[in-house]
Amino acid sequence: MPGIKDIQKSALTAIAAAANEAELEAARVEFLGKKSALSELMKTLGKMSPEERQEKGPLYNGLRAELTEAIAAKKAELHEAALNARLAEEKIDVTLPPRPMPQGTIHPITHVTDEIVAIFADMGFAVAEGPDIESDYYNFTALNFPEGHPAREMHDTFYMVPDEKGERKVLRTHTSPVQIRTMEKQKPPLRVIIPGRTYRCDSDQTHTPMFHQLEGLAVDKTTTLGELKWVLAEFCKAFFEVPEAPMRFRPSYFPFTEPSMEVDILCDRSGGNVKIGEGEDWMEILGCGMVHPNVLKFGGLDPDDYQGWAFGMGIDRLAMLKYGIPDLRDFFAADLRWLKHYGFAALDMPNLATGLSR
Amino acid sequence: MKFTLNWLKDHLETDVNLEEIASKLTMIGLEVEEIDNPAEKYAAFKTARVIEAKPHPDADKLRLCRVETPEGEVQVVCGAPNARTGMIGVFAPSGSYIPGTGMTLKPTKIRGVESNGMLVSEREMELSDEHDGIIELPEDTPLGVPFAEVMGLDDPVIEIAITPNRPDALGVYGIARDLAAAGLGKLKDGAVDPVAGHGKSPIGVSLKFDKENAAACSQFIGRYVKGVTNGPSPGWLQKRLRAIGLRPISALVDITNYVSYDRGRPLHVFDADKLKGDIHVRLAEKGEKMLALDEAEYELDETICVIADDSGPVGIGGVIGGLNTGCTEETTNVFLEVAYFDPLRIARTGRALGIQSDARYRFERGVDPAYLPQAAELATRLILDLCGGDASKTVVAGDGPHWQKTIEFDHTRVERLTGLKLEEQRIVEILAALGFGVAGFGDEKLMVEVPSWRPDVEGPADLVEEVVRIHGLEHVQPAPLPRHVAVATPILTENQNRMRLAKRALAARGLDEAVTWSFIAEEHARAFGAANNIAQLTVENPMSPELDTMRPSILPGLILAAGRNMDRGFDEVALFEAGPQYAGDAPEDQSLAISGIRRSPGARHWASAARGVDAFDAKADALAVLAAVGAPLESVQVTSDAPAWYHPGRSGVLRLGPKNALATFGEVHPRILDMLDVKGPMVAFEVIPTNVPEPKKKGTKARSPLNASDLPAVIRDFAFVVDVNVTAEQVLRAARGADKKLITAAVLFDVYEGKGIEPGKKSLAIEVTLQPFDKTLTDDEIEAVAQKVIAQVSKATGGTLRG
Repeated sequence: MPGIKDIQKSALTAIAAAANEAELEAARVEFLGKKSALSELMKTLGKMSPEERQEKGPLYNGLRAELTEAIAAKKAELHEAALNARLAEEKIDVTLPPRPMPQGTIHPITHVTDEIVAIFADMGFAVAEGPDIESDYYNFTALNFPEGHPAREMHDTFYMVPDEKGERKVLRTHTSPVQIRTMEKQKPPLRVIIPGRTYRCDSDQTHTPMFHQLEGLAVDKTTTLGELKWVLAEFCKAFFEVPEAPMRFRPSYFPFTEPSMEVDILCDRSGGNVKIGEGEDWMEILGCGMVHPNVLKFGGLDPDDYQGWAFGMGIDRLAMLKYGIPDLRDFFAADLRWLKHYGFAALDMPNLATGLSR
Repeated sequence: MKFTLNWLKDHLETDVNLEEIASKLTMIGLEVEEIDNPAEKYAAFKTARVIEAKPHPDADKLRLCRVETPEGEVQVVCGAPNARTGMIGVFAPSGSYIPGTGMTLKPTKIRGVESNGMLVSEREMELSDEHDGIIELPEDTPLGVPFAEVMGLDDPVIEIAITPNRPDALGVYGIARDLAAAGLGKLKDGAVDPVAGHGKSPIGVSLKFDKENAAACSQFIGRYVKGVTNGPSPGWLQKRLRAIGLRPISALVDITNYVSYDRGRPLHVFDADKLKGDIHVRLAEKGEKMLALDEAEYELDETICVIADDSGPVGIGGVIGGLNTGCTEETTNVFLEVAYFDPLRIARTGRALGIQSDARYRFERGVDPAYLPQAAELATRLILDLCGGDASKTVVAGDGPHWQKTIEFDHTRVERLTGLKLEEQRIVEILAALGFGVAGFGDEKLMVEVPSWRPDVEGPADLVEEVVRIHGLEHVQPAPLPRHVAVATPILTENQNRMRLAKRALAARGLDEAVTWSFIAEEHARAFGAANNIAQLTVENPMSPELDTMRPSILPGLILAAGRNMDRGFDEVALFEAGPQYAGDAPEDQSLAISGIRRSPGARHWASAARGVDAFDAKADALAVLAAVGAPLESVQVTSDAPAWYHPGRSGVLRLGPKNALATFGEVHPRILDMLDVKGPMVAFEVIPTNVPEPKKKGTKARSPLNASDLPAVIRDFAFVVDVNVTAEQVLRAARGADKKLITAAVLFDVYEGKGIEPGKKSLAIEVTLQPFDKTLTDDEIEAVAQKVIAQVSKATGGTLRG
């Protein structure tokens, strides 16, 4: 029977010499297995005298622990070496393109409308809608455009083919008909904005036969022009994301408001893009006024009890100004190059907490 | 509306400068569009004397001029035949910009002789086309003064935009009145001394209307002036007309234009000798014709008011005069017409005949109905002053329209409507300055009489506008809009939210959002379901024939857009649009759709094979939209009855029950692509998010408790051989129905036709998940469910388990 020193020596040698996990396992069986010399020695412990056992026990157990540890260490070493060898093999060209996941875009009109809605929602305005093919009544008559009035002609109206009764509908020339439709449906206090498609027979760099308008309407017992001024000023600051947006209100004329005003905003046009709130130029951006008493009446409200204000502005134009888009016609051409360049990411959902735009 | 500063000062006594006037005009609602100050353009050009003009040593047609300028004597080589010693002309120094030629002068040598600056012609100064010689000024013209001053050109031209409610501002006098009210000076008295008439007019006037049409022309004042001499009008008048862009014609014509612009009062002068008999104002007879001053012949009808003599119409009332009775250089006797025409009829006539004239522009907006007698006096005075002659007494027919209006006005309305606090006295002052009669000061309500020239003012709101406009809108202080709630509450409707989410979902799936026209070509509309009610969708006056019909579907616009992008070399196109489509012209016929197309030959990638688009890409898009808008996808059924613009065998409908189609998808029909001239294959989908039922409102936001099993699920695969016409959905539904409690999912993972499967059959392989909740399933239990699945599928589809 080999002595403990011999076992230790030959076992450690065999463990150290193992070239792979199989050889290491063979060494383990040889030196720690049930039939190993060490196991045989351990079996003799039972027959020993307490004194002798006191001496040999720790010796044998110590060796067993030592070998177990050596095998574990060797195992880890072999595993590490094998992994390193595998990793050395496994190499990719990291410059290869990944599988494509095409990202689409959101049209600037959608994005800007969402921006506008976010601002007005905070001020308590709901979003109202109405039809594009409108009756003459809602588009003109109820908005205080008298029959044959020259103001009607200023609208370059698209007419539908008359029906059998000779009545002809129009493509709404503004979103204002929805003012009447809203007043018919709801009772004051009213706070709505009305974004939507509008149509006029016109085409050049800043006019297209279809465009988008945003209407605002507030009606209550004490709604004043001062409030309108405040709302528009706060809106412009928030929308253009500037600290100040000085505005100039000029008297003007719309049949459906009285008094009526056009509003200019201060801007700097000296560079390539328009900078809002700076410079010395005034640029017209919207029309507004106090709702005409006749319009309130057409909407079923008594102008002695109720008053309100309304405004209208071009959504496309706001988008052009804010994002420096030069030509309105391109908005409707669905040119991929344009959509990818001026469009917005799907997850850019405008809200006041994150800021309206990035 | 154009006028000059000096013209304005005829009526406004003021010492404020041009800039202030311009700014005030804009701020009281008379928006300045442009100010053109010729003095600026001509600043470099001054009067100068030719000390000596002698022949050029080397050129017969050129002259050598020594010119005396404010900067000293210079030598100028001049080609004008009228350049001569002692003449006074206009000198342009070196470095000045010549407006007529667009050139900047430089010192030069002409045929070897030095020349500095030039003496200019009228054409070079953009005064006329005259270029035969240089400008020659009278002998006594002072030297070295700006030429613009000498020529009376230093009068800035102001152009303002006039809104349709302000006919009074279509005359310079009305503009002066507004400015005076706004504190910029004093309005001068515009009254005219009446001209004493001699004798009765040999031409009589009668208004011949029935009661119904009497408003067509409610007053006509005529006056005969004999012995006039018509020729060019004097310089001051010509200059004013030219400054505002009108061509001087003759004194008589120029007078009518002048009064039109000065007082906003159009009038007409007939050559009295060309009139036959008396004037009668009447409605035209259908088919009557008249040759007008614009040398066009117009066919009239019974809606048009004409001025006629015994021979027929000699003028279309308030729109244009007749050519044959107009004034010429030879005219010696004239008949003046000052009339009031119904604005609505003028507008209709002008539109019907397509005539734009200064007269129509003013009459249709409403000229001052009380100003006729004074206008007649003013015109007569000018005729006598400029053309001589002797005027008859006036002949008057009709009383004019009723225009008097009194408005009961609670002056606190100004503050109530605008928030602007003004003393009653200030309110009264403003109204009075604008010509309103105000009574009842200090009472609860003012009684305000509207002046004849303000047809637009109808009620208290209009008076508030007048007050605020003149006092200054800048004085209205912004006032915060009261907040109804501390934290803003949601305001979008369910459907508005759905459209937002659907758009974002599609963009995230790689589609680009487009916005295309609401109108398309009729042929395309017909092919997309509008054949039966095309009339309701037709635009009468489209921008172009390709845009003459309201779209019944968003797809044609998107397919055409894809075609344009493909023509530019983009093979991969994925577009969607969310917007209206129209089934008819009633509000309820308009629906909100979200539709898209995909077209791709298959992107090449190193790691996977290229794959073009197929109907299932469109189905996935449609399902993604339905998922985004919250449709109950587990209840959605698929049928294969998509509309005619889809490929009949490769398209489907996603629906909730037989009557509610939520979406359609599939390959676009090849014939449609041919018609639109776009290369296929292309797939498309159309979703109507509003067709998805709105979720029931629940009292709580709490979710139902999670019911997850800790026991392992068992997955079993089956392959069934079925008839080719059996759908995957039929097999899956049958399998799911085999044990509704245990089977939590059944999905298809393979379809096979071909070798090993007899013709007319196919193999469908499905994966069924059994999820126990109480105890782990035994092999026997699993086998029992498996047998039920086989039995159910077999019963429902006739399929057999594949051996």
